[in-house]
Amino acid sequence: MQQLLNFFLKFRTLILFLILINISIALTVSVHDYHKSKLLNLTSAFTGSIHEFFSDISSYFNLKNENRILLLENNRLKELEFNSKKSKSNLSPGNEKYKLRIATLVKNSYSLTNNYLIINKGSDSLIKEDLGVITSNGIVGVIDKVSNKYSRVISVLNTKSKINAKLKKSNHFGTLEWNGNNSNIVQLFDIQDLVELTIGDTIVTSGYSSIFPKNIPIGSIKSFKLNDTKDLFIIDVKLFNDMTNLRHVHIIENLNIKEIEKLNNE
Amino acid sequence: MNSTLTRNIIRFVSLILLQTLICNQLNFFGSINPFVYILFIILYPIGSSRMNFIFISFLIGIVIDLFLDTGGAHATATVCIAYIRPIILKFAFGAAYEYQAIKINESELPQRLNYFAIMILFHHFILFTLIYFDLTRINTIIYHILVVGIFTFIVTILLNTLFSKNK
Repeated sequence: MQQLLNFFLKFRTLILFLILINISIALTVSVHDYHKSKLLNLTSAFTGSIHEFFSDISSYFNLKNENRILLLENNRLKELEFNSKKSKSNLSPGNEKYKLRIATLVKNSYSLTNNYLIINKGSDSLIKEDLGVITSNGIVGVIDKVSNKYSRVISVLNTKSKINAKLKKSNHFGTLEWNGNNSNIVQLFDIQDLVELTIGDTIVTSGYSSIFPKNIPIGSIKSFKLNDTKDLFIIDVKLFNDMTNLRHVHIIENLNIKEIEKLNNE
Repeated sequence: MNSTLTRNIIRFVSLILLQTLICNQLNFFGSINPFVYILFIILYPIGSSRMNFIFISFLIGIVIDLFLDTGGAHATATVCIAYIRPIILKFAFGAAYEYQAIKINESELPQRLNYFAIMILFHHFILFTLIYFDLTRINTIIYHILVVGIFTFIVTILLNTLFSKNK
C-alpha cells in the first residue's frame, strides 16, 4: 500500500498529464464525429453571450452597409410582387410550404476546416435541428445543434457539410461539399460527364433534401474537371455569398417535412 | 506570491479575450490567425508547481477550444507543451535553468527567441495535426504549422516586448 502510494506520488505529474491528455483527445475525436458532440448545450450559453456582446458592438460599424443590402432586397421583392401574375389569395397563409425566420449571426467562422456559425435564435424561438439557413444572396448552412437561446449552424464551409445541389439550366444534381482550402470556393460532386457545363453556370439547391426549397442560389461554376475514373465531374463553385461577411440570416422551415419523412420511413 | 498570482489571473483572462475577440478575427491572407494565448504558457513562472501548471494550461486550452469549436485540440496541445516545458527550457537556456536562476523576461534575447520558437513549433505541430486529423492533407498541415507558427512567433515576441517591465 505504502509503495503504491509512493508510486502515485512520484509519478503524479505524469498521471495528471495522461488524464488530461486523454480527456482532450477524447474531446477532439468527438468533434470529428459531430453527432457525438454534446458539449454545445452546456457551453453555448456562455460563449454565445460573450460573442453576442461583442458582435453587438461591432455591428454599429456595418449599419450603413446593412441598410443598403436590406434596401436592395426589398427592392427585389417589390419587383417580384409587382411582376407576379398570381393573385394575392395564393399568398395567403395556410397555403405556405415554408416558414422563414430571421436571426443574427453572433459568431462567424470561415478559416478553419470545419466551420460552425452561431446564431442568436434557439429552441425558445422554435428553431429545430436540420433547418436550412440562407441569406438573400444564397445558402449559408444547416442547423446542427440547438440550445435554448442559440443554435449552431454547419456552414457550407465545413468538410462535413453535404448539400444537395443542381444546375439551374437542367435538372442534373450532385452533392455540394467543401475541400477546406478556399473560403470562396466549394465543390460539386457526382455530376455525370454527359452534362454540358459552361463556366459561369448557376448552381442552385435541388429541393430534393427537404431542408432547402428549390432554386435557392448557391454559386456559379468557376472551373470543372473529371474525376479519377473519368465519369463524373468535380466542379469548383464560386459562392454568391461572401461567407466572410455575414450578419443577418433567414432560417427556413419546411412545414411539410413530417409528411415527407413519414413517406420516407414507410 | 500574491502579485504573481494576480498577474497570472489577469494574463489568463486578457489573453483569452485577446485571442477570441481580436486574434481570431484577423484572418490575414484569408485564414491566418496567430495563437497568442500560448504566451500564458510560455511566460508562466518557472519555479512553480508543475501539477498546477499543467492543469492551468489544460484550462486555457479548453476555454479556447470552446470558443473555436475545435473540441480538445487546443487543450491537447497546451497540456503537451506544458508537460515538456522543462525539457525545452533546459535546451534553450542550458545550465542556467538547472539552478532555477532565470527569469524569462530577463534572459538574453537569442535564448529567449529560441525558447519561444521551440514552444510555438511544438504547440502548432500538435494543434494542426489534431485539427486536420488527416494524413492525406499533410501539405496543408505543414503549411499551416509554418505560416501560422511564424505569425504567432512575431506577435508573441512583440506582445512580450511591449508588456515586459523595462529595467
